[in-house]
Amino acid sequence: MSIQIDHYKCISCGRCCDVCPGNLIERDEALKAIMKFPMECWGCTACLKECPTGAIKYYLGADIGGKGGYLLTRNHSESIDWYIISPDSAKYHITINKKESNKY
Amino acid sequence: MKFDIQSIDTDVLIIGGGTAGCFSALTLAENSNLKVVIAEKANIKRSGCLAAGVNALNAYIGKGETPESFVGYVKRDSESIVREDLVYGVAKLLNNVTRKLEDLGLAILKDADGEYVQRGKRSIKINGENIKPLLADAVAAHDNITVLNNVNIVDYQVLDGCVIGALGFSLREKIIYVINSKKTICATGGAAGLYKPNNPTFSKHKMWYSPFNTGAGYAMGIRAGAEMTSFEMRFIALRCKDTIAPTGTIAQGIKAVQVNARGQEYVEKYGRPSTHIRLYSTVMENLKGNGPCFLKTEGITADQQQELFKAYLNMAPAQTLKWLESNTGPAEENVEIEGTEPYIVGGHTASGYWVDHERKTTLKNLYAVGDVAGGSPKKYVTGCLAEGQIAAMSILNVIEHSQVIKLSNKEINEKVKHISRFFDNSSPLYSIGEVEEAMQKVMDEYAGGISSSYGYNETRLNIAAKRIEELLTIADTLKAGDSRQLLAIFEIIDRLYVCKVLIRHLAARKETRWRCYQENIDYPQKDDQNWMKYVNSVFRDGKVEFIFRDLVGRDTIYEHTD
Repeated sequence: MSIQIDHYKCISCGRCCDVCPGNLIERDEALKAIMKFPMECWGCTACLKECPTGAIKYYLGADIGGKGGYLLTRNHSESIDWYIISPDSAKYHITINKKESNKY
Repeated sequence: MKFDIQSIDTDVLIIGGGTAGCFSALTLAENSNLKVVIAEKANIKRSGCLAAGVNALNAYIGKGETPESFVGYVKRDSESIVREDLVYGVAKLLNNVTRKLEDLGLAILKDADGEYVQRGKRSIKINGENIKPLLADAVAAHDNITVLNNVNIVDYQVLDGCVIGALGFSLREKIIYVINSKKTICATGGAAGLYKPNNPTFSKHKMWYSPFNTGAGYAMGIRAGAEMTSFEMRFIALRCKDTIAPTGTIAQGIKAVQVNARGQEYVEKYGRPSTHIRLYSTVMENLKGNGPCFLKTEGITADQQQELFKAYLNMAPAQTLKWLESNTGPAEENVEIEGTEPYIVGGHTASGYWVDHERKTTLKNLYAVGDVAGGSPKKYVTGCLAEGQIAAMSILNVIEHSQVIKLSNKEINEKVKHISRFFDNSSPLYSIGEVEEAMQKVMDEYAGGISSSYGYNETRLNIAAKRIEELLTIADTLKAGDSRQLLAIFEIIDRLYVCKVLIRHLAARKETRWRCYQENIDYPQKDDQNWMKYVNSVFRDGKVEFIFRDLVGRDTIYEHTD
């Protein structure tokens, strides 16, 4: 369970570093975000929702059945877009309205 | 490392900016001009166990239920070892705090008449993904609340049995904070990471409870001599295999039953299907060779499946990723389930500080709320809010007679040295990670972890107790290179203190009251004759001393007397 930050998409805003509940994300010399402690990630996705450029990938470790797929998030004021890309490049897009409750 | 010392005087210090802590602060700010400081190890926007969100509000008085029936339910499910007075106090506030959450912006499902749609008798459906940002925004709107993000509190300041503040250090700047407070609320959450987790390698933190909740509040209280209750009533969750995502959404939401590898329903073979029996039955089926066990979801409709994908994205996204990266879903495959490692968490069981009806601990001027407060199982999110409110209202009534008391500079300097001493250690033999793994290994093998199907006996516990003492000695030799490593050292020390008390509690209850949670192989039966009582303890002069207290009834107004 962890995340990977795309160095080229990162705009050095530091928001993911601020919000990580485990203080796991630090900044390099160019102030870009780096996941310093990938094995200590809880998998909460706080950083994905904070990132303004969708630079953070969320994936399952191989030890818990990860197959190489990943999840991306774009957080808007009224909704969240979730994108899941499977290893065979199938893409799933789920939009969740923040004002809409779970059905279960 | 050289730290600057920053001294802060405040009316109320709240340690931990999770759900309970934020709600205490809001209650204080809305009803007074008191100066409130929240000290939070991470950032209150996403800290605590609700960082990813929450799947439902599971403590709510639904149609046909009453606060009295809620107490009855909690008492039954917890095999009678609850503080009925505390549960009742929470129950009476559950629906009020739920309205308040809705006012703050939480999405709650309603029917055509505007009534909340119930998921169960005591549960309502929400979109809890943004519950922490909503609470953090509400806190930020009050000028009299100061939030110290990225500040880890190490210990209380105590004078003559009275808590007069706390000390901690910043994770971002070289600052040690000396906070002097008239009243202090401990809201740090429970303890994860005591036992070897389900996935001990790369995904070691993919666990049920927040791995960043390391029992700091319990440990601070233990070291300061606060009375603690019911640590032996551990919590072990039944979860989706590997992702450790919640099962209630499937079990309650679409009424999926638990089946074994042969497709047979098995829970009721082991007793009334209470929370711990659903887990115990699964453990037993696995031991008998009937595993793995599943939630039977095959054949649900495409719409139901789509709604489950969404529900999990709102609280445990790993599960939706697991399904979709395999191009599958619960309609096609049953969901495998497993028990987690044990935790100490007062939101689910009765473990925590021994408190009076206003959530005062046995240390003067110190309150405890939320997962760190004992006696009131199944309070969950709304119960934590209710406790935050109860403590805040008590403080509003009494604070005008309180004043800030400060330790002398000499005493403060000693405490600062106690915090910074780990930078001076040289050439340690062991790393921080090694001590953590050693602790989790011994707890797993000798104090009833996953590998022993949660069972233990006295001989095993004695071995565990000895090893925990050795590890506490080793922990003193660890070296910190930066403030993050310093945090990691204190997190290990705190968990070792919790383990030390937990092991003694497991041995003290000479019966088996809760399957899996407290599976004492030396005494495998429930013994109502002798054990309808609370097992409480105080750490004094290096020893854990026990106090066995009589059960407290629903209508009692409990105050500390001895």
